[in-house]
Amino acid sequence: MSERVDARLETADEAKNEHAEFGYVADAVEHIEGRKFNIDTVKHAEETPDTPLPWAELGLKEDEYNRVVEILGRRPTAAELAMYSVMWSEHCSYKSSKVHLRQFGEKVTEDMKKHLMVGIGENAGVVDIGDGWAVTYKIESHNHPSFVEPYQGAATGVGGIVRDIISMGARPVAVMDPLRFGAIDHPDTARLVHGIVAGIGGYGNSLGLPNIGGEVVFDSVYQGNPLVNALAVGVMRHEDIRLANASGVGNKVVLFGARTGGDGIGGASVLASESFEDDGKPAKRPAVQVGDPFAEKVLIECCLELFKSSVVEGIQDLGAAGISCATSELASNGDGGMHVELTSVLLRDPSLTPGEILMSESQERMMAVVTPENVAAFEAIMDKWNVEYSWLGEVTDTGRLIIEWDGEKIVDVDPRTVAHEGPVYDRPYHRPEWLDGVQADTFNSSAAERPSSGEELKAAVLELMASPNMCSKDWVTNQYDRYVQGNTALAMPDDAGVIRVDEETGLGVAVSTDANGRYTYLDPYQGAQLALAESYRNVATTGAVPMAVSDCLNFGSPEDPEVMWQFAEAVRGLADGCQELGIPVTGGNVSLYNQTGGVAIHPTPVVGVLGRFDDVARRTPSGWREDGQAIYLMGVTKDELDGSEWANLRGHLGGKPPALDLAAEKLLGELLINASRDGMIDAAHDLSEGGLAAALSDMALRFGVGARIGLGEVCERDGVDLFTALFSESQARAVVSVARSEEVRFKDMCSARGFAHIRIGVVDTENQALDFQDQFSLPLAELKEAHEGTLPKYFA
Amino acid sequence: MTETPLIGDFSPMPDSGLSGARIGVITFPGTLDDRDASRAVRIAGGTAVSLWHGDHDLKGVDAVVIPGGFSYGDYLRAGAISRFAPLMEQVIDASKGGLPVLGICNGFQVLTEAHLLPGSMIKNNHLHFLCRDQRLRVENSDTAWTSEYAAGSEIVVPLKNQDGQYVADEKTLDELEGEGRVVFRYVDVNPNGSRRDIAGISNAAGNVVGLMPHPEHAVEAGFGPDSSAFGDVELGGGTDGLGIFTSVLKKIVAGAK
Repeated sequence: MSERVDARLETADEAKNEHAEFGYVADAVEHIEGRKFNIDTVKHAEETPDTPLPWAELGLKEDEYNRVVEILGRRPTAAELAMYSVMWSEHCSYKSSKVHLRQFGEKVTEDMKKHLMVGIGENAGVVDIGDGWAVTYKIESHNHPSFVEPYQGAATGVGGIVRDIISMGARPVAVMDPLRFGAIDHPDTARLVHGIVAGIGGYGNSLGLPNIGGEVVFDSVYQGNPLVNALAVGVMRHEDIRLANASGVGNKVVLFGARTGGDGIGGASVLASESFEDDGKPAKRPAVQVGDPFAEKVLIECCLELFKSSVVEGIQDLGAAGISCATSELASNGDGGMHVELTSVLLRDPSLTPGEILMSESQERMMAVVTPENVAAFEAIMDKWNVEYSWLGEVTDTGRLIIEWDGEKIVDVDPRTVAHEGPVYDRPYHRPEWLDGVQADTFNSSAAERPSSGEELKAAVLELMASPNMCSKDWVTNQYDRYVQGNTALAMPDDAGVIRVDEETGLGVAVSTDANGRYTYLDPYQGAQLALAESYRNVATTGAVPMAVSDCLNFGSPEDPEVMWQFAEAVRGLADGCQELGIPVTGGNVSLYNQTGGVAIHPTPVVGVLGRFDDVARRTPSGWREDGQAIYLMGVTKDELDGSEWANLRGHLGGKPPALDLAAEKLLGELLINASRDGMIDAAHDLSEGGLAAALSDMALRFGVGARIGLGEVCERDGVDLFTALFSESQARAVVSVARSEEVRFKDMCSARGFAHIRIGVVDTENQALDFQDQFSLPLAELKEAHEGTLPKYFA
Repeated sequence: MTETPLIGDFSPMPDSGLSGARIGVITFPGTLDDRDASRAVRIAGGTAVSLWHGDHDLKGVDAVVIPGGFSYGDYLRAGAISRFAPLMEQVIDASKGGLPVLGICNGFQVLTEAHLLPGSMIKNNHLHFLCRDQRLRVENSDTAWTSEYAAGSEIVVPLKNQDGQYVADEKTLDELEGEGRVVFRYVDVNPNGSRRDIAGISNAAGNVVGLMPHPEHAVEAGFGPDSSAFGDVELGGGTDGLGIFTSVLKKIVAGAK
């Protein structure tokens, strides 16, 4: 027996049983297609105030339910309960995170907002990149569905974020996918890797969107909670920006795209609120949505044609909470009222009840507001693309969202109470007591041996570069199309993905996503800032000027005060960091309850920084190619191995993450951007996980060109040993290769700005090796084999 | 026949005298690389003309490109539905009269479904979507689409597909080989299990060519592969695919004189 209040179409007898279970009085039974079906109307709700409702099963707390009754002045109808329950879920309402997220708006200066055309709160933020062009981008999570049903969960994650971008009026031009899995050798990891990677490729490739970057991380903390985040970038002219609101009394409301089916019902409220422990409930598999990329591709083209022809007044994609979300958000952002006839919704499954139709998360659907004069033009475009549509109702000025079922009122609410006035919690939080102990347990105090001889160091570099997190991700990224649309100037494995926006001028953008869960576990405030710093550094390393931030905050349960403290600290760190770097948060997403069996994931704030290029032809790749170019290390190396990839390889996690100096990050960024703009450098790569050892290996492998490296002066200047020089993860560092003719200019630039720089070697096209003078020589073939062999070994 | 140096900047050549040649690029609802194919035509110096699958008019174009994508979602079989599109009837008729037709990736699949080319495409033997810079050998330089290359020369162009394994019965394969209708062959790596390393074929007349990899993604320096079969190139500087488009444009212009 279903736990839902208005479960499916049934025979009369079954319907009566259902009523009995919920104490209904079957006084409103409709005949549809020869079968019987109960309708809980507003009138019925008024007449039967004491009917018990399954608010708890739908994810509402008792006080939340009581608040709904207070707002309505009566018990909600089944349909209203469905709407409130999904819209007030953590996923849709941000009820636990709101009080903290406010800082992203508060810690913003006027100067930071000067390029911001649309900020937090809309489907996605919009940034002015000049010449009349605007870019919208956003990152979102689809973690829980992807664990249950990896292919469809990941696929619809791409679909959802792409629809957010379309609804801003933009053409989607690129996607990126930061992924985090459990241990690489755990039996369940292959199921998730195969399904999730194929799902992202299967959907994104079919939409014709180049996949230009992301991350693949393995850590056992993500075993029961893989993180599948999806970022999309869209491009538009300034005048094409569209917002989600329903204005203009008498304008028509239309639902178009795929038909509404039973998939994803309750997904938003159920999936994102509970763990997957075996608690005796039925499997939740059907709650995951199923994607149809072809329908979405057609939807993209048909929406762009709608925008071009100016036939829609407002538009909203249907994602989590489906029609509940779209109607209540459109109405409350516009003139405040809307009247909808729900039987007009085209159904894939005719047995769906009103509540299910309102909650359905069927993919590839959009809702638009169209003036009566434009109805014919709208229909012509739908017909051209063979897209189905149905007119559901119109915009009113009543301040009420009225939804009828065959003329009978089943929803009568103030849409703001559904969309914007949900519960807000200032949940208790406190610093975990265990943290002091963890921070005191440094890598240097551990029993792990430090490689010191040439042979030991060579083996260490090979081990690092073959390790799950540092190995080549080609096996994943080669399953994504990076060429389609013909504007990809950089993609994996370079520091950031770079897309040309204007084919005439070369104007374009760079995007990178980064996070380090271990750093954030050791210090949430600083860890979040380190993620921001790395993303900022990556974008600047390619030569782009950082402009904006989108974040996807993946954490455990907010009901655990220690997790809540991690969240609060990370948000505070991120907001402070953005203020110091002078780039605003334009939007993002929060994913809570990423925990299984009471154990939460590492706090994982994934940060996506977007930067701007005057001309993408200036982009700097992450590998050197020209013989004889000088190799410089920018920045200072300290003994900072706590939380590092090397410590991780030795099973150690303790101490404090590397020190952070955002002023130094900003300065390094400026130097890298200038060097790119003035043609001083031909290659640049930031130092992050795996330190200098990983950076040099990546740079040599990028184009298969070796180098001769000497680190004696670095060790002497910075007072570190060779092992530390290679594996420390000190921040604000990068390696660049400089043409001989530019060396003086480059050095003068760094000296003038007081930024540490030191020549550590020379590019050598003859010697097919990374040659560390007097220490060891690492043949590129051996390095490449180690680097590229890992993922195929586990997954091919 | 001169060999075009396929290295360096092939930005639009306004004085090339090819702009009078009009190449139609067909868009189905799920076509993805149509704008890329149009860009390739423009960069090669020709004029690109958008054609809509539901129309009945080829707009008098001199040649047709059926670009890559998932024409109708391809849940049934790649290209299986699109061959019935109204415009495809025009293409089939015109091809019999000698109209040059190039099917790239999904377009190749459409051409086999339309029986303009023999054989069929099935899922890659490794079952994954694969995107890589692929080396090909131009086996036949006598077709409408390959005359700018020397026979036996090699090119590097991106490959990206899920259903790229070319299959046909032995008799058909022998015929294709015997008649010189294997136009492109995979070199170094067979990326999908295609029979006899076949990457592209032509009809008997040589005006209809199907090719699995994507030459339209190797036409503009900075946005192509990092390598070329013709020597070292800058980052993203591979433009080896451009010759496909200049071949047909020159043939059209020469035929018009």
